Amino acid sequence: MNAHAPLTAFENERGLEIRQERGQRAVFCGLTGIVWLHRKIQDAFFLVVGSRTCAHLIQSAAGVMIFAEPRFATAIMDERDLAGLADMNDELDAVVGRLVARRPEIKLLFLVGSCPSEVIKLDLSRAAQRLSRSLAPDVRVLSYSGSGIETTFTQGEDACLASLVPEMPAEAEQAEPALLVVGALADVVEDQFARIFSEMGIGPVRFLPARRAGAMPPVGPNTRYLLAQPFLTDTARVLDERGATRLAAPFPLGAEGTTGWLKAAADAFGVEAGRFAAATAPGLRRADQALAPYRAMLTQRRIFFFPDSQLEIPLARFLSREMGAELVEVGTPYLHRGHLDREMALLPRGTRIVEGQSLDAQMDRCRQARPDLTVCGLGLANPLEAEGLATKWSIELLFTPIQGYDQAGDLAELFARPLVRRTRLEV
Amino acid sequence: MQLTVWTYEGPPHIGAMRVATAMRGLHYVLHAPQGDTYADLLFTMIERRDARPPVTYTTFQARDLGSDTAEIFKNAVAAAYERFRPEAMIVGASCTAELIQDDPGGLAKALALPIPVIPLDLPAYQKKENWGASETFYRLVRTLCGPRAEAVGKAGRRPSCNILGPTALGFRHRDDLVEIRKLLDALGIDVNLVAPLGASPADLGRLGEADFNVVLYPEIARATGQHLQKTFGQPMVETVPIGVAATIRFVEEVAAIAGVDPAPVLSGAPSRLPWYSRSVDSTYLTGKRVFIFGDATHALAAARVAATELGFKVVGLGSYAREFAREIRAEAALHGIEATITDDYLDVEAAIQASAAELVLGTQMERHIAKRLGLPCAVISAPIHVQDFPARHSPQMGFEGANVLFDTWVHPLMMGLEEHLLGMFREDSEFHADASPSHLGPGHHPVPPPSAGEGGPRVSEGRERGAPGPERSPPHPPAPQAPSPAEGGGSSGAANSTWAPDAEKELKKIPFFVRGKARANTERFARERALPLITVETLYDAKAHFGR
Repeated sequence: MNAHAPLTAFENERGLEIRQERGQRAVFCGLTGIVWLHRKIQDAFFLVVGSRTCAHLIQSAAGVMIFAEPRFATAIMDERDLAGLADMNDELDAVVGRLVARRPEIKLLFLVGSCPSEVIKLDLSRAAQRLSRSLAPDVRVLSYSGSGIETTFTQGEDACLASLVPEMPAEAEQAEPALLVVGALADVVEDQFARIFSEMGIGPVRFLPARRAGAMPPVGPNTRYLLAQPFLTDTARVLDERGATRLAAPFPLGAEGTTGWLKAAADAFGVEAGRFAAATAPGLRRADQALAPYRAMLTQRRIFFFPDSQLEIPLARFLSREMGAELVEVGTPYLHRGHLDREMALLPRGTRIVEGQSLDAQMDRCRQARPDLTVCGLGLANPLEAEGLATKWSIELLFTPIQGYDQAGDLAELFARPLVRRTRLEV
Repeated sequence: MQLTVWTYEGPPHIGAMRVATAMRGLHYVLHAPQGDTYADLLFTMIERRDARPPVTYTTFQARDLGSDTAEIFKNAVAAAYERFRPEAMIVGASCTAELIQDDPGGLAKALALPIPVIPLDLPAYQKKENWGASETFYRLVRTLCGPRAEAVGKAGRRPSCNILGPTALGFRHRDDLVEIRKLLDALGIDVNLVAPLGASPADLGRLGEADFNVVLYPEIARATGQHLQKTFGQPMVETVPIGVAATIRFVEEVAAIAGVDPAPVLSGAPSRLPWYSRSVDSTYLTGKRVFIFGDATHALAAARVAATELGFKVVGLGSYAREFAREIRAEAALHGIEATITDDYLDVEAAIQASAAELVLGTQMERHIAKRLGLPCAVISAPIHVQDFPARHSPQMGFEGANVLFDTWVHPLMMGLEEHLLGMFREDSEFHADASPSHLGPGHHPVPPPSAGEGGPRVSEGRERGAPGPERSPPHPPAPQAPSPAEGGGSSGAANSTWAPDAEKELKKIPFFVRGKARANTERFARERALPLITVETLYDAKAHFGR
């Protein structure tokens, strides 16, 4: 309810209707990124500095995997901290001290800022520097903000990776051109891409984040990077500042997106057309085969995206071009026009993109359109199902391997499954 | 600052949401940053509600902080009123909004809406979820309940009561309510109103029409019950009818207040628990060591049921509800133990390890601990996850609730015959000493011995962490490689006694669910006698000394 009316609506040069909306937003904050990042970087620990709400959010969002010993926790600020009775920096040092004693295997500790810590302007970057000095050489301490006031859902990963970039070693002088793939990917997807790049003769190929804190890749003017995720605005900016060059590409979702993404690297590394075709042909063939059964289920289905992760535009592109779906509305929490340029070029003319959200207004539009499938968060999914609308809960798209040729079928299946389920249930 | 791995309760505004979501015709405008809408999915996913909670969030962002967040809040209240047309509204702040001090109550009042608008002052850095629910319910009732109806014509009608306490996201509130209604109906008592669950603001105006109040969940409704008692002179029944004995007491108290005869309800065998528990198949349950933790209501009830209705030995009792610490301590004293009053998950972990329990009755969080320690566990209290909002009827209260308790608590234990056979034969490839109960699936294996890998340091963490605090009393000195009490192998955790290899081997012949206790007792025995080496003899000397 920040403001009532949509702010602007215009048609861009691609013939897309881009609308901005402000109001009540039903989205996660950036703290949620911890839920997958703590599994990706295996010796990192995420300490949220925040309130009981923050702790409650993470344990609610962590859902099914909460039976594993998690590599995250919350330093809950209390009244004494806020009233200035306790020096917050001393308190934080004490909490970190206990934590490190409890978990001696931690090599990298992220202090994660939250709304409360940002509002009271607790300087976590200085705290991180101080703690890094006192815990060196065993533990490196970094900080970033995952607060709701600054970040939406996947932007937490962006903030985390951006905090890692200054830590990356400088590439050797006269280093060969190297490829850097940026964005947390499932290990299996990472390995697949590494194999394809190797077949094309591209190398060295590195990934950010690395699976271990001590193994972050080098970066420098000879680094060419591919964004594997669309939500990495700040990470890209700081990589640029270190001299790296972004390769413009669509995102590796679906066969077409994957080919476009790989092609951007192939072009930058001078891979011959024949070699590129040879390296991608098996993947393309398998993706085509895997997608075929779902095409019939998704073709001409009308799909509505609520904003969630910034994956919405690439997903909409995949569903419309490869699966024949129709796009009713594509909501996104934030639209980076530069990074999504290649994606938007592939969207059908007239597609309505809505950046931001005014929840009640958007729900009204959704109810009125009665789409065949609504992609939305878990707060909306069951209520919309109860209203008779089929939904696909969007968070799963972050927790499931969906990138690359060999996951294209799985990606389509995620959207087809709720529709199939509806045809099966007879009660 | 407090290091928090898991939190037992959410912030107080979650409690307010539980009340608002339980009711009809009430809307909640919450001044909160973007992201706090995560709370919706507690209701839509965990409780599987089919509608969005009646909550409008302002979801302000950083860019709004420069401008007028108060204006954003006022707009949100106005828009929510226009769209939802509630009978009444509650307004308040989440933890972050509390810091920016926009005064939701004053701002909402300035809008002069034609409905009651109730400001909530929920100090997020001091209080927690249950307090928030209790306070919200109390404020609502204070504002909305009308005058006491005259007890006219009482002779011609059945006595009536209000049922206070059930909310959204409450542990088995839905089914408890069914059982309590059944009991009251059988006694010939009408239910004037259930609140908050299912009540509208207008309904709260009728609270005074009942003859008395039944407070089912004191955490949520005691304050309101006391207020009604003071204001209207309505007596309050606060006996929580969990377990057979408590249910009988509840029925008798309610019948006495209402002036009806309890005998028809109590006659016969209203619950199957007493017979099941007396049947010889249950003999092996005698003296099973049980650790109990949860909210105060459920922990207290569980302790009584465990000790007097199932014949367990309560070796640990605690609660995260500090408001009820005195009652918990008193109950613990009856069992000869010291209560664990803490909201620190790591303290609970240390206490469970120290107790060498054979069964843990706790919350979702204790399931984590029990899983790590390889202990059987059943859930008796919130916080809970989706599987504890079952489709089937599963009350905790009343006579049927007692049946549910019997099944639920006994299920995770090794069944009697298997337990005997394990005590006699140990080398079977399938039913070996460290195997999980065979009536449970392969997913129920206890954690592997914490030899070298991850388990080792982790298990010892809680203990190390638990050592320094003044309130904590670890029975073992901290040991970096201390093995789990549920498990034999590995080096000894005792400070000044080491295990001889043959004693260690002998220890392994004791079934794993009592092995932890045997180890602890033997080490204590050796420590008290300053024996440097624990031999097979020491093991059996300790056994004879402590009995079992």
